[in-house]
Amino acid sequence: MDKSTTVTPKAESNLLGLSPEDYKGRPSTLCPGCGHNMISNQIQAAVFELGLLPEKVVKISGIGCSSKSPNYFLQRSFGFNGLHGRMPTLVTGATFADRSIKIIGISGDGDSASIGMGHFKHIIRRNVPMAYIIENNGVYGLTKGQFSATSDYGLELKHQGKNWLPPLDLCMEALISGATFVARSFAGDAKQLKELIKAALIHNGISVIDVISPCVTFNNKDEALQSYNWGRQHEDPIQEIKFAYRNEVPNLEDFEEGTVKEVTLPDDSVILLKKIKRDYDPTDHSAALDLLTESYKNKYFATGLIYINNDTPTVFEPYNLGEAPLNRTPNDLLRPSREVLEQINASLG
Amino acid sequence: MAKNAMKKKCESDLIVNDFCMTICTVNGSGSVTANSILFSALFHMGIPTSGKNVFPSNIKGMATWFVIRANDNGYTGRRPYDDIIVAMNPKTFLEDLNFLPKGGVVFYADHIAISDEARREDLIFYPMPIKALTDELDVPRTIRDFTENMLYVGIVGQVLGIPEKILLAAINKHFSSRPAIAETNFKTVKLGFDWAAKNLKKTDCYTVKQLPPLTDYILTDGNYAGALGSIFGGMQFCAWYPITPATSLVEEMNTLAPKFRQDPETGKNTFAIVQVEDELAAAGAAIGAGWAGLRSMTVTSGPGLALMTENVSLAYFTETPVVFWDVQRVGPSTGLPTRTAQGDISMAYTLGHGDKKHIIVIPGSVNECFEFGWKALDLAEKYQTPVFVMSDLDLGMNTWMTKKFEYPDRPINRGKIIWEKDMDKFPDWGRYKDIDKDAIPYRTVMGNQSPKAGYFTRGTGHDEYGNYSENPKNWADMLFRIGRKLDNVEVDLPMPITYYGKDAKIGIIGMGSTELAIIEAQALLREKGIETDFMRIRSLPCGKLERDFIIGHDRTYVLELNRDGQLCGVLRREFSQYAPRITSVTEIGGLPMTAVWASETILAKEQLNG
Repeated sequence: MDKSTTVTPKAESNLLGLSPEDYKGRPSTLCPGCGHNMISNQIQAAVFELGLLPEKVVKISGIGCSSKSPNYFLQRSFGFNGLHGRMPTLVTGATFADRSIKIIGISGDGDSASIGMGHFKHIIRRNVPMAYIIENNGVYGLTKGQFSATSDYGLELKHQGKNWLPPLDLCMEALISGATFVARSFAGDAKQLKELIKAALIHNGISVIDVISPCVTFNNKDEALQSYNWGRQHEDPIQEIKFAYRNEVPNLEDFEEGTVKEVTLPDDSVILLKKIKRDYDPTDHSAALDLLTESYKNKYFATGLIYINNDTPTVFEPYNLGEAPLNRTPNDLLRPSREVLEQINASLG
Repeated sequence: MAKNAMKKKCESDLIVNDFCMTICTVNGSGSVTANSILFSALFHMGIPTSGKNVFPSNIKGMATWFVIRANDNGYTGRRPYDDIIVAMNPKTFLEDLNFLPKGGVVFYADHIAISDEARREDLIFYPMPIKALTDELDVPRTIRDFTENMLYVGIVGQVLGIPEKILLAAINKHFSSRPAIAETNFKTVKLGFDWAAKNLKKTDCYTVKQLPPLTDYILTDGNYAGALGSIFGGMQFCAWYPITPATSLVEEMNTLAPKFRQDPETGKNTFAIVQVEDELAAAGAAIGAGWAGLRSMTVTSGPGLALMTENVSLAYFTETPVVFWDVQRVGPSTGLPTRTAQGDISMAYTLGHGDKKHIIVIPGSVNECFEFGWKALDLAEKYQTPVFVMSDLDLGMNTWMTKKFEYPDRPINRGKIIWEKDMDKFPDWGRYKDIDKDAIPYRTVMGNQSPKAGYFTRGTGHDEYGNYSENPKNWADMLFRIGRKLDNVEVDLPMPITYYGKDAKIGIIGMGSTELAIIEAQALLREKGIETDFMRIRSLPCGKLERDFIIGHDRTYVLELNRDGQLCGVLRREFSQYAPRITSVTEIGGLPMTAVWASETILAKEQLNG
């Protein structure tokens, strides 16, 4: 890596000369302490640090507490808060309009693990380039505390009794659907989350991050899988992670010494992964399956980059699209000529 | 003039260019090609002709019928009985004979055993040695079925009097890109043609005579036309999920768009057509694309449109342009997937929960499938709202003789999209601000890099800037403004077309693919002394013209292919003070409307009225 390149300025402005203020959203109306607010903070920090113009990012969400949150970051960006579970469908259409735009999809466990499970898996199959962030709190918050499809088996909620259904693991669902980037994180682990979001935005393909994001109102008992306490006590990062955008040299000051694995993205960005306890290769699909199987079985809260591959074609592959945004196509290219219609008429006569 | 079959006297005179012929085959046997050639040969003789495929929801092995109606006067709507049948399917033979009145003609494959009872004395039978002739040709097993079908083209062509050169021309046209196949097929047809000349003595009265060529007309189907219309309308994005009878519209676009919609300089496509996981995704993706500034559409049929409902509501309230094609089939439920109906009109018109009313355009010909295809995309972007094109299976999947496609008479209308350079003109721009006081706001789209362009779209209550709002007055203002967008939409919608009788006191209203049947019914009613005016409604909401038509007639019958009288219901609701003047006349069985049914039903009601 070229050491002479400037280090990303961390202070008041980024490479575009914009300040963190330019990346803020409206004041959040979610409950104070909600994990989703912490995720919003890391999204705006990640986009700011990458130096992306807010107008080059689009936020799309479904319905639920999580899906309200795009209003609370990147106020200058276009956003679309659509239907429950249908965020991936809006993304599938919108992304064709301008492929230079980075799409952040915000979803929740109700959105992606229940009503929109089909769309979740199919946008993964299509490998639509986007950061698909699931704010997973294991409970329906906006309807006041019902079990979701990621609620832990045996979880007891005030008006619900005991949950008798096994939870779905969204990272596992993503992985077996062919996701090209699968990560798990914790709203309480700001440092890791921000780096994962950066990598997810730059990865040329679908990037799924399942973020355990505690619901302080309905599902934050100490023993609950998606609570702050449980998360803080049990989070077990599989690696330390740093993201270096394009030629940027990462600040490795707080990166303790150890074996570092680099994953280079097609645009020369690098994901640096430092070994913590055991060797883990996130480009190894079987290893990822094993990790998720083990963590599901043993309630092992493994976080970090679980899987990545750069070799899968994106959704755009078969469409023969040009460089210019499709939504700026001039009208004269949108209508064939009069002569063409005459020829067609002649052929049908 | 349409003839009453019971009056025909075959012994004395020939009936020229006026017959209804049903070809009875087994589906999956390749009969479509043979039937198209016969149909196209008649068209090339200048005879107004229609061809309707009545087929099962099945891939191979079930009965299928192809109905050709030729008529000098252009009365080519469906008729409830035949003059001629071509019997290739032993299983349905007895049933098929029932459609022939006295004097009817039966061409039958001679391996069909005909009982004495079946051999009616009032019919004329022509045996066709299909198996023997096929053996003579010694074709590979795999194309035997096709060959057998091409043989009846020759035999029927000979007996009807279609010139050999016309059959050759029709075959060459059909296989224009594959001359070798054209040659083989012509050889087969010629064998049948020559065999019939030598071995069959014509004893029936149906014959054809060449007329001046139909130079203003083409032969094609509504789904092809809809695909082409969308391509000429600047379609940039289509998301879809396969469903009969809509599928072929998108498949045609998949073939046509790469030919006609590439940037000549770069060779790159100016569109994307995406097959997705279900109709919810199709609608969602189409809305996402429309929102992001692409001319966007989806194509489906009733069950699919029902699934899209919540998305339609979202598009309506977020004011997102998107075109929904509904090629209607018979519902409710899975219904009759391969049969036609006009049963989604009331659903589409007010599709979605909460308050809403949509722009509906209803093509009545294949030509209009093209025209409304491009117009719908303009309407959606101009009014920033979902627009529904209500075609049906009869229009969409059957081949029709139709007027040549006309080039759009106005440039593409992208509506009030604004880009970076425009932002300064709107110092206090808000996505939902009614700046021009026409209820239609200006919109920015994803990718606009002005720091003032971005906004947050939501299906929840919002103010003029798109900010969340639960304020009662704001909610009402927003919803009423959205409603007001359609106040003057009439000027941009296809106007109704009226076919006048002479001083008629009786009105008929219809829509879509029933036009030809109703025009013919007008003639049949005239024979009974009843003059009618017929208005074909081509769009909703209705306006002054429709209202004046109802006011201008003592009684108006609304004819449609559904049970509940859906268009009639819309008219009664919109013109409630005139509701007693409107009578609903409906038919639902999955087949196209017939003039006989329409005229007899109206006649019976008129006789009751005294």
